[in-house]
Amino acid sequence: MSTWHDYLKEQGHAPDWPYPIRYDKEQEIDTDVLVIGGGIAGCWAAIGAARTGLTVALVEKADTIRSGAGGPGCDHWCNAPANPLSNVDPDEWAEHMADRPYSNGIGVQIQCREDWDTLLEMEQMGGKIRDTKGEYKGAEGRDDKTKLMISPRYTRVHSYIPGMVKPVTFKSNPDQKLNNVVIRVWGTTFKPALKKECKRLGVKIFDRVMVTSLLTENGVQGGRVVGATGVNNRTGEFMIFKSKAAVLATAGAGSIWNISTELGGYSNMMSRTITGDGTVMAWKAGATLTKMESTGVLRIATGYKHKWYTGAGDASYENVPLVDANGKRLPYPIQGWEDAGAMVPMPQVEEAIRKDILSGKYALPIYGDFPAMPDVERRATWNLMLGEESTTKIIIDTFNKAGYDPGRDLLQSYKFIEGSSLAQWREAGYGGGLLVDWNLKTTLDGLYAAGTQMFAPEDHSYAAATGRYAGRKAAAYARQAGETGISREQVDREKARVYAPVKRSSGMDWKELHAGIARAMQYYVSEFKTESLLNMGLDTLRKIEEESVPLLFALDPHKLMRSLEDTSLLTYGQIIIHASLARKASSFPLGFQRIDFPAMDPPEWNKFLTIKLDNGKVKTATLPMTFWGNMKKQYEAYNKDYAGVYKGK
Amino acid sequence: MPEKKVIAMPNITSPNKPVNFNPDICNGCNHCVEVCQIDVYIPHPQKGKPPIILHPEECWYCGCCVNDCPRPGAVTFNWPLQQRGYWKNKATGEVHQI
Repeated sequence: MSTWHDYLKEQGHAPDWPYPIRYDKEQEIDTDVLVIGGGIAGCWAAIGAARTGLTVALVEKADTIRSGAGGPGCDHWCNAPANPLSNVDPDEWAEHMADRPYSNGIGVQIQCREDWDTLLEMEQMGGKIRDTKGEYKGAEGRDDKTKLMISPRYTRVHSYIPGMVKPVTFKSNPDQKLNNVVIRVWGTTFKPALKKECKRLGVKIFDRVMVTSLLTENGVQGGRVVGATGVNNRTGEFMIFKSKAAVLATAGAGSIWNISTELGGYSNMMSRTITGDGTVMAWKAGATLTKMESTGVLRIATGYKHKWYTGAGDASYENVPLVDANGKRLPYPIQGWEDAGAMVPMPQVEEAIRKDILSGKYALPIYGDFPAMPDVERRATWNLMLGEESTTKIIIDTFNKAGYDPGRDLLQSYKFIEGSSLAQWREAGYGGGLLVDWNLKTTLDGLYAAGTQMFAPEDHSYAAATGRYAGRKAAAYARQAGETGISREQVDREKARVYAPVKRSSGMDWKELHAGIARAMQYYVSEFKTESLLNMGLDTLRKIEEESVPLLFALDPHKLMRSLEDTSLLTYGQIIIHASLARKASSFPLGFQRIDFPAMDPPEWNKFLTIKLDNGKVKTATLPMTFWGNMKKQYEAYNKDYAGVYKGK
Repeated sequence: MPEKKVIAMPNITSPNKPVNFNPDICNGCNHCVEVCQIDVYIPHPQKGKPPIILHPEECWYCGCCVNDCPRPGAVTFNWPLQQRGYWKNKATGEVHQI
């Protein structure tokens, strides 16, 4: 029952495609503000823009109700130093966050100033942010008056950067009280509430539409963005959006280096739908990107490893003490109240434990000792933190149903058994992206960016706060921008590109193409880079573009979407290589090692590398590490009219 | 062994059941089809029947289809065998797997 082959066996034929096919047919939408991507950042951008009274269209590849990395839920509203229980000044915390090399000072300043307001608005919309039922009375961090639940996460320091550890005493917190910047939330309630609010505000939502390109004034690269094209991934209908301002919020690219063809959904750190489309369409339109050379080892399961969270760590890496098979406690920080620190321990700590396992001091497997936790802390971790986090709600429910009892049972951890991913399995989803200014405007007029679409993004509350901000800034631009027309020639060119795979019924399918791109990236854009390897990578991707992409075939609109995503991944890979060729030094924080330029982070290379297309030619340049200037002053200069928590209808 | 009709089938994509539907509880409302980010499912051609799992290999196991199902028990989560977690009873040492 229920599988496709069951149906085939029962009925003797395959099911018909369930949606009407509308290839080539066009739908045209005129809007003041166009928001591309309906995840956390996109929904907030649509809400921020719609509150100003302008017309807003929100376009989402899946269904806005649960789409995006934060669609299923969210357990921590991180870095909300403006909350009333915080013991640290928001501007100082923002500076601390921006102290990490190659971070986004603009984004974190907005997050630190505005995400508490954003959270209060989330509550107004119906999201749950307080322990109103008193389920966690007595839990450490619970404030009896406000019923807010402070998390132990980041209560001492935001991040330990290996090799750069330094004690942090905040001027605003001289007594070194716990910083109280992270709030535990009931995030499974958030996404449906956001969709409902979008609808209430009259946002026109276009679900199951993949945006494929940006339209520029007169079709000129580098010109003002005046709209976008898209394709419905159920019907195949072609969508043309005309807008005065657009906000890109589609997030980064996962699975460029790896895809498990039979567990494809596991191959992505965030959501399966994150395939770099937004970054690539902005690139083609002539927008400037930065940090594109930054990569790291893929943190996820890829289907070859166990899955927890999105396949990353373990059930038992945060708040839970780790014990060996004989119940002996491991000297592994738990990031709970005991340590109250950053999420990832120093590599030396893990290495020391690994050696002790090999010498027999600790016996595998490792377990998370939930029974050893005080009852209320255990419930706050199992039911609230894991029960509300993106993909973990289903995990704890399934464990509970199978008979697991956190008060009685140790949960197996796969740490040390599985090891980390292969070094050539990399990811870029958390590094490069669009360069923005203090309006979150990109280098193109009419184009704004939010959340993971920007370079050096952060987490859920960052996506929310920057989305809300980009929405109101895009609306302000749209309000004064003149009417403009789209280029029919540009539309026709894109239409021909989009439909090419459905015109063929055999050739190469999207999975093979994806795997081919990934392997090229593994060989030539791996842990170690040289000019010749990178050039071989460019040649290989060019060959794929010239010889394999023209073979792509798609049997239905869904597979057409996957095929078009492949073309995004292909271009994204090429951008990474161009950026990697231009950075002629190695860098630890960028996860970037050039064998031919081995000096690690030489001072003359401590700068952002920017990259864009100009008249079809790749142009690179550099920007100083803190090009955004004084964060507090700049934020205040750009936001004199900021009205705080929304009080309108 | 009773005679069995054998047809020629290619190897089918597997694992291919990220969830199990209970046709006695599921009324084919297709809410799971709508909340799925991936379009793992399509509606069944016959109204009232559980959806068809069309793209199981694209599932990222976010669980929204199960979490948001309006009829509890109509759809249950089903990790591929190799992804199922283990636990141990702290007192007895007995090991279990999902």
